Amino acid sequence: MNHLLHIDGLRLRYPGVGFRRRMPEVLKGVSLHIEAGETLGLVGESGSGKTTVGRAVLGLARATGGTITFDGQDITHLPAGRRRGDAREIQVVFQDPYTSLTPALQVRGILTEPLIAQGIARADAERRVSSLLDRVGLPKDSADRFAREFSGGQRQRIAIARALALEPRLIVCDEPVSALDLTTQSRVLDLLIELQRNTGVAYLFITHDLAVVRHISHRVAVMYQGEIVETGPAATVTTHPQNDYTKRLLLAAPTADPEAQAERRAARQALLRRTRTPATT
Amino acid sequence: MSQQLGALGPDQTAVAPTRRKWRVTRALLRNPMAVGSVVTLAVMTLLCLLAPLITGHDSMYSSVDHVNAPIGTEGWLLGGDAQGRDMWSRLLASISVSLTAALIGTGVAVIIGVVFGLVAGYVGRTIDSIASWVFDLVLALPSLLMLIVLLPVTRGSYQLTMMLLGIMLSPGVYRLVRNMVIGIRRELYIDAAKVAGLSTWRILTRHVFFVVRGPIVIQAAFIATICINVQAGLAFLGVGANTPSFGSMISLAFTNLYGEPIQLVWPTLGLVALTGALILFANAYRDALAGTTTAARRRSRRALADVVKRADEAAPTTEKPTEKALLTVRDLRIAYPRSDGSLNEVVHEVSLTVDSGEIVGLVGESGSGKTQTAFAMLGLLPHEAVVSAKELSLGGRPLLGLTPTELRELRGPDLAYIPQEPMSNLDPSFTVGSQLVEPLRRTMPRAQAKQRVLELLARVGIPDPPRTFHSYPHQISGGMAQRVLIAGAVATQPKVLIADEPTTALDVTVQAEILDLLRELQHELRMGVLLVTHNFGVVADLCDRVVVMRDGRDVETGEVRQIFHHPAHEYTRSLIDSILDEETVRTDAPASRAKEGVR
Repeated sequence: MNHLLHIDGLRLRYPGVGFRRRMPEVLKGVSLHIEAGETLGLVGESGSGKTTVGRAVLGLARATGGTITFDGQDITHLPAGRRRGDAREIQVVFQDPYTSLTPALQVRGILTEPLIAQGIARADAERRVSSLLDRVGLPKDSADRFAREFSGGQRQRIAIARALALEPRLIVCDEPVSALDLTTQSRVLDLLIELQRNTGVAYLFITHDLAVVRHISHRVAVMYQGEIVETGPAATVTTHPQNDYTKRLLLAAPTADPEAQAERRAARQALLRRTRTPATT
Repeated sequence: MSQQLGALGPDQTAVAPTRRKWRVTRALLRNPMAVGSVVTLAVMTLLCLLAPLITGHDSMYSSVDHVNAPIGTEGWLLGGDAQGRDMWSRLLASISVSLTAALIGTGVAVIIGVVFGLVAGYVGRTIDSIASWVFDLVLALPSLLMLIVLLPVTRGSYQLTMMLLGIMLSPGVYRLVRNMVIGIRRELYIDAAKVAGLSTWRILTRHVFFVVRGPIVIQAAFIATICINVQAGLAFLGVGANTPSFGSMISLAFTNLYGEPIQLVWPTLGLVALTGALILFANAYRDALAGTTTAARRRSRRALADVVKRADEAAPTTEKPTEKALLTVRDLRIAYPRSDGSLNEVVHEVSLTVDSGEIVGLVGESGSGKTQTAFAMLGLLPHEAVVSAKELSLGGRPLLGLTPTELRELRGPDLAYIPQEPMSNLDPSFTVGSQLVEPLRRTMPRAQAKQRVLELLARVGIPDPPRTFHSYPHQISGGMAQRVLIAGAVATQPKVLIADEPTTALDVTVQAEILDLLRELQHELRMGVLLVTHNFGVVADLCDRVVVMRDGRDVETGEVRQIFHHPAHEYTRSLIDSILDEETVRTDAPASRAKEGVR
């Protein structure tokens, strides 16, 4: 039971607008765990609640039931002040590199800010900037430029460097490569894997892209309508799925090979006929 | 810790946004309006500070010998007023009072407005409701009347009056700040700052305030003019203590209008110069923030007109209809005018063809010009775009240089379009059905058109067509919306369908269904389809031929199998190689275990 992160029966309902208005439950009892140094791929379509799981782990969304345990400590309802102290342990890389970096600061400021907030002396924080930039493969002179001067892939590298600054043990990656071009995407994924090998950080990797999940995950959990429908080693889940929804999801993703894709299309249509799922869009 | 943060704060803000600050400052220095207004304000301030040295008398000193003394009297630079006081000295004192009034009023309004605006906007909920209610109440009070009614409280002191005015004017600042903060509260970088462990105070002062400070400066300049005018107005009415002021000077000069009309000129000039400088500065600052000046805008408009004229002259003579392909593009170029009038070409000599019954994929990374190319065929490029081509024709008819009417006749029966974002392409204020019926009304009566739309909705796989027909766009899902748009696109049985990333915004399961639908419809209607996409899976699923674009050029064109299995161009190869392999699953053990093994 010594998981790095352990989520047990997590329920979440966003507060409604106005008096007494109940919103539908977004998470209906989600349970999962992540070991130290491991990548758990969390796959699902829009509205499945996968991003909400990440936000709950980060303390950005308030759970209405269940527990989140990090390194043996219950962090489900940690007050904001206490959370700040623990912040260095759990960090985040968001999907959109264009809105996740503040326009107010140069890269140097973006990278030192979390360190200074944790009480590290300014000079020490400054000294770490160049090694952080080096680790994510950005030139040293990037420190004196603003985020808006960089391309999408470079911005995502800055975001990764910011997450690494506090030497966290878990990074929540919320669709970190979805907004990137194909070539940039694979380079950023390789960077994430390399960093994991070097630092032993664990990833909660949230994505809708099965190819990406296969590439980076040790284990995969599939979410559908606020519940985990299947979980297991990446190889098993992505090649021999048990759950019907997982099967449909896998067959729906087009493969980049005309012949193989024709086969997959036929298989998907056969599955749809068999399970008689109405065309729900 | 917070103390430490406080100590570090100003130092960092001084270092960090230098470049941006310099950009704005440079833009201001280039703008004569800004320089002029700042110089005016600076000179006026300087005169006030030097007043004891450059005036001969106190502003309240009255000399019976100098009643209505003419300009240039020894020691009375601008002469004396009706009560024998030094006009020059009173003018400087009035400027000083006006500036003080502006500082106090604006300071109070901005401090109250910004503090409550930041907190209410950021925290929201109850605090927001209460603060907004209170500020609305203040806004509803008649401020001038309140100032007069509260005279017994202020005892006529203009400083206290201006403080009250500042409170009355604070709702404007509050509303501005609050609304902007609500706009950026959900930004990811705010979330990232929270996760990084920054305190709320720090997030507000560094990240949130940065965005709102520009508009606050502009608003503050306007508030300053209001303060100056209200102070002068009250003094003109004779309300408040007997301090020298533009208002009281004008009032006194009024009584003397027929005798010494020149006395009216000095205070009026002072008032106009002061408020005018403030307003012009606000305008210049707004332009500097936006990165444009009125003059620059005018310049670029002129340059554009030239460019368009030149392009029109250079436009190719439309060639004879050719019978080769349904849609033919030869050497298409698209350029945009730069601000200095030169042309920036973004698409260079792109050629492609689409035959009927064929699906052609137009592939490339972001910025490769694929959407620009597609939009050029549809005539949807912004009108400053300069488009030229050796040939751009549909079924032998040239598409370039068409009038809007001709283009409209072509779109629909011949050329249809499916956009990337289905939701933003449906008008939220009309039902789905009415939006689909409208284009058909050109060719058939309403009842028949409705019948046809219901058939189409059923055809594109919508489970309950009548219900969807009467729904508004927000009541249907993204996948449904895309089906609706497809129904609309094929309603007129077009010859060519241009689809711009039709499934990018959709989930994979929905994407698969939409791709199936497109394939079926294409087969049924024998359409030529140009599919713009960056997804090679979609290309493999649907396309017969592929055109690969990079940096505005078509680098390779070929059959889909050839592109995937034997790409000729190096760039295509690198693209295909960077597709994440389907077979390889990550096999290395989690890092911690591997590490333990090493140690």
